[in-house]
Amino acid sequence: MPNTTSIQWQHDADAALEDARRTDRPVFIYFSAAPA
Amino acid sequence: MYPNPQVTEFIEQHFIPVQFHIKAQPAMWHRFGVRWTPAILVVGQDGRELYRLEGYLPAEPFLARLRLALGYYAANRKDWKTAEREFESVVAEFPNSEVAPEAMYWAGVSRYSASRDSAELKKLAQQFRTRYANTSWAKRASVW
Repeated sequence: MPNTTSIQWQHDADAALEDARRTDRPVFIYFSAAPA
Repeated sequence: MYPNPQVTEFIEQHFIPVQFHIKAQPAMWHRFGVRWTPAILVVGQDGRELYRLEGYLPAEPFLARLRLALGYYAANRKDWKTAEREFESVVAEFPNSEVAPEAMYWAGVSRYSASRDSAELKKLAQQFRTRYANTSWAKRASVW
């Protein structure tokens, strides 16, 4: 599992998909129930 | 959760990282059909799911699956050379991983898809006779 403190997370799926198209990368989505 | 620089670096290098918390964004859980945490989805640029991992894994098997997901990402785009390279990397870097046989299977399929040479599928079946022979992936390749 990732170290959640150092990754620059996005929180908007559609914006992330747009970034994915722009940068030619897939999207990694982490679903969490742990305290933020 | 644990800090792991290798995992963090891999995600930053290869993906657009998105995080949804169940309480903050329940709509996203419904949108992607998530039923358990932690859950990781790798999706393509069209929003379609390429790979899903539910439940915790330590760093090494987690990294093996992320590399495998990159193979599926390339394969979905019919970028067979990249797909083959990513799947081969899983086998080379994580030979004892649970997903190594799956990666070896898809590396062979990628070679076949790039060449349309059925000899590639025969070679793959032969590979499975000597490596990962007692896996479901070897059974799938046994037809060739």
